[in-house]
Amino acid sequence: MTSANRTVPVPALSGNRAGNRAGNRLAVAAAGVIALLAVLAVFGPDLSPYAYDALDWRHLAAAPSLTAAHWLGTDPLGRDLYVRTLHGLRLSLLIGVLASAVSVGIGVAWGAIAGYVGGRLDAWMMRAVDVLYALPYLFVVIILATVFGRDSILMLLIAIGAVGWLTMARVVRGQTLSLKRREFIEAARALGLSTPAILLRHIVPNLAGTVAVYATLTIPELITYESFLSFLGLGVQEPRASLGSLINEGARQMLTAPWMLLVPASFLVTLLLCFNLLGDGLRDALDPAGH
Amino acid sequence: MLGYALRRIAGTVPILLILVTLSFFVIRLAPGGPFDEERALTPEVRANLDHLYGFDRPLGAQYLHYLDGLAHGDFGRSYRQRDDSVASLIAQGLPVSAAVGFAALVLATLAGVPLGIAAALRRGGAIDYAVTALATLAIALPTFVTGPLLALIFGLALRWLPVAGWQQGDPFYLILPAVTLALPVCASIARLMRGSLLETLSASFVRTARARGLGPWRVLLRHALRPALLPVVSHLGPAATYVFTGSLVVETVFALPGTGRYLVQGALDRDYTLVMGMIILYGALTLLLNLAADLVYGWLDPRVRHD
Repeated sequence: MTSANRTVPVPALSGNRAGNRAGNRLAVAAAGVIALLAVLAVFGPDLSPYAYDALDWRHLAAAPSLTAAHWLGTDPLGRDLYVRTLHGLRLSLLIGVLASAVSVGIGVAWGAIAGYVGGRLDAWMMRAVDVLYALPYLFVVIILATVFGRDSILMLLIAIGAVGWLTMARVVRGQTLSLKRREFIEAARALGLSTPAILLRHIVPNLAGTVAVYATLTIPELITYESFLSFLGLGVQEPRASLGSLINEGARQMLTAPWMLLVPASFLVTLLLCFNLLGDGLRDALDPAGH
Repeated sequence: MLGYALRRIAGTVPILLILVTLSFFVIRLAPGGPFDEERALTPEVRANLDHLYGFDRPLGAQYLHYLDGLAHGDFGRSYRQRDDSVASLIAQGLPVSAAVGFAALVLATLAGVPLGIAAALRRGGAIDYAVTALATLAIALPTFVTGPLLALIFGLALRWLPVAGWQQGDPFYLILPAVTLALPVCASIARLMRGSLLETLSASFVRTARARGLGPWRVLLRHALRPALLPVVSHLGPAATYVFTGSLVVETVFALPGTGRYLVQGALDRDYTLVMGMIILYGALTLLLNLAADLVYGWLDPRVRHD
């Protein structure tokens, strides 16, 4: 991407600067925590002597303690909660990020084509988005999960990714409409470039900033969907764990083993909070008038 | 206003039809049927079951039959709960779900609007920071985390409220589920209210009202509040969707005998007619509430009627 034609973010004209800077620092800290959690999710499970589905008959429902064999305790089957939580974190992050990639892909393609081609095609494509917006999308995910999902993580991923792209399509279309009228697009058209080439080489690269912001906001949303389905028993199945299914197990053992609820819940909340803070921070930095 | 209302209502009907059609065909395309169990059925039993549920007819005929039933309020019969029609399950569950959902929406609005106003009036002050920080946290907390946590704290540890269950006419069983559902909605209402009131307060007509010497309360109540409430009103549609979705979790966590729990159970059992009936019910309710929010919006703001 050579940058003469990159959209320059407009600096904030109003608003208090101290507040913005505090917001930025918060967003940077959030990014740090997300990176740390990602590293834990990737390497953590392998650094522990236990496997996520291994049973330890000598320590059933053991409470967390730094001196015990299991730092974060075990569940009633004696499975190590530290490994299971990090394993769940890995699966939740993986599904969240990949499903976001799916929905970003669909959203960018849909919005850029509708915005650039315009006319009747645009009207129909955006009408379809309006209709889908009006439907309760998590229920659509439930239908898809009931029918196809359950045993396959890939289907779960597609079902979640297939509903997350609507906002992205709207935002991208808006940006494309304003890009379309710029001189460099006109120049590209005058040079005789085909529509797909203009879209791929000139429109899409210029959308990168906006797409990054909304992708950051899509990830926590889709992680929530995945955990929601897994919590209800419609997502990731035993013996695998996702943060949602761990919270479900924890909620059922709440009376005797409250740590089983508190450990995965605090990981999930930290993750979601940090993604939201990062997304809000990026949005404020790139688009101060945006919300 | 009447024309606007009619246009809106006319726009809602096809969306409902799309929802019904989509869910019908997606479910029929599913690999495996509801009677594929470990225990093999004899061909005669299988044929009788297929006949009872109409599977022996062509797909198009099944679809038309289903639509015809829907028009008469007949959602078909549940595959698993053999003695029950889906309509009777809805009739049992809906009052419970509606009570919890309605309580949550009222609670969220009654708490969220004043909190947002207070934050906007004291911008940069302690209240503002507290409201903004709590709202950010509450929005990030999913209902399946807050529900069990609230049950743990107020039910098990403090013993103030029942942990779970439902007793007809006892409002104490309503409190924890309604609060769980209301929290994130309340947070987003407070955030919206704060933002839109700040914007309205800096508008020129508010400055004019102040310049005419009106007191701060009069400016707020007579001039600023009505336009500032518009985004909150249009948020009530999405908020209702949120409450419906959350009700699946809350009814599971607190063991409430509502429609959300039937939907989850139906999805786990692959009870297709039950899932479809519930999806159509929730879809119709979502569309209805969005429609209501649109109509109130049109009534509050005459500009949108003439689009």
